[in-house]
Amino acid sequence: MTPVTPQASGSADSGEAGSAESAELLRAVELTKSFQTDGGAVQAIRGIDLSIRRGEFVAVMGPSGSGKSTLLQLLGGLEAATSGQIWLDGQRVDGLSQTRWAVLRRRHIGFVFQFFNLVSTMTVADNVELAALLAGSTRRRAHERREELLAELGLSAKAGLTPSRLSAGEQQRVALARALAHRPSLLLADEPTGNLDSANTMGVLRLLARTHAQGQTILLVTHDARAAGVADRVVHLFDGMISDDTDLPAARRPQRAAGSVLELHG
Amino acid sequence: MRLPLLALLAKEPAHGYELKGQLERILGDAYPSPNIGQIYLTLQRLEKAGLVRGEDVVQAGRPNKRIYEVTPAGREAVDAWLAEPSDGPRVRDDFFMKLALAPLAGVTDRLELINRQRRFYLTQMRALSRREAAGDDNRIAGLLVEGAMLHVQADLDWLERCQAELM
Repeated sequence: MTPVTPQASGSADSGEAGSAESAELLRAVELTKSFQTDGGAVQAIRGIDLSIRRGEFVAVMGPSGSGKSTLLQLLGGLEAATSGQIWLDGQRVDGLSQTRWAVLRRRHIGFVFQFFNLVSTMTVADNVELAALLAGSTRRRAHERREELLAELGLSAKAGLTPSRLSAGEQQRVALARALAHRPSLLLADEPTGNLDSANTMGVLRLLARTHAQGQTILLVTHDARAAGVADRVVHLFDGMISDDTDLPAARRPQRAAGSVLELHG
Repeated sequence: MRLPLLALLAKEPAHGYELKGQLERILGDAYPSPNIGQIYLTLQRLEKAGLVRGEDVVQAGRPNKRIYEVTPAGREAVDAWLAEPSDGPRVRDDFFMKLALAPLAGVTDRLELINRQRRFYLTQMRALSRREAAGDDNRIAGLLVEGAMLHVQADLDWLERCQAELM
């Protein structure tokens, strides 16, 4: 294990003494979702079983229409599943009311979307601080957290601006700061690089990797294969079902390993 | 290998080890470095073809080293090489052959084939991203890695198309 390896600093998922905190953070059991359309019912999710361990970084990939965004919305309670179960942190959550879900999200789940969904009339700083306040932080703690995050994401100089004054890449970093403001146990990211150019995509992926290295559990939905460079595991969806689930080999120092890649593709 | 060596020699005469070092410095360590034997062999062939001229230099207490310089014909070959667009292996994909021919060889589970290939690409992508994140200052080398990543991404997209059409 090299120092860059995520989770190198002994997180909770070593599996010993599973009493207080189990290794599993999220579990979906036989999850399905149908939408009613003019042409009848469309099954977007057709029986998904998925378990995500604490501290894991999972990328969900697949073609558009494969159900990956729907899956994320089910897991975050933004859409109700048609059938199946969702367990978050040992608690069954699929039957919760919208209100209970909203509370759960405010306290335990962070969201990042393709379109940044920042409050356009508030400053960068307030966008981030608000999320912490909504989760129940004291004013002082919320302020500290926002300072810490903006510094970490290289945004301190932009704290007083409104989002429209920022570049797309910067706005996505603000959105990430906001999603992390309440120290969520789970970060759900839906195509967070979908609206970014190549350089900003790499920037956001690197930030996700760094957040993950600090122990953050992340579920990332993306069609961008470069995400595989930062995730521990890639779940491939096809037609509403999991068609492949791969643990990626732990990072090794990139010595000659990529040489063969270039030979094949250069 | 022939033309890159010729291009290096177009700048100034050099011996085999110098050429190896120059290639590594310019292209970065993502590029598979040629071994020195391969370089010597290539230089010999270039000499035989009249594209370079070698000359032995006596070194005190060490074996002679052979310095090569480009000939006018070699210089022409470099110019012609640079003036030509480069082809790539677009329609001679080995995996595509497997996918097309597997059923004939009695392997009917194409999804397994696709998944295995996808895992391979994902692992490559991971190796490349790590390299990219390691942040080399060499911009040429960085572009090489970024280009390889875009290629792998296209390969992954294409696998998805294969899956959609064949499954």
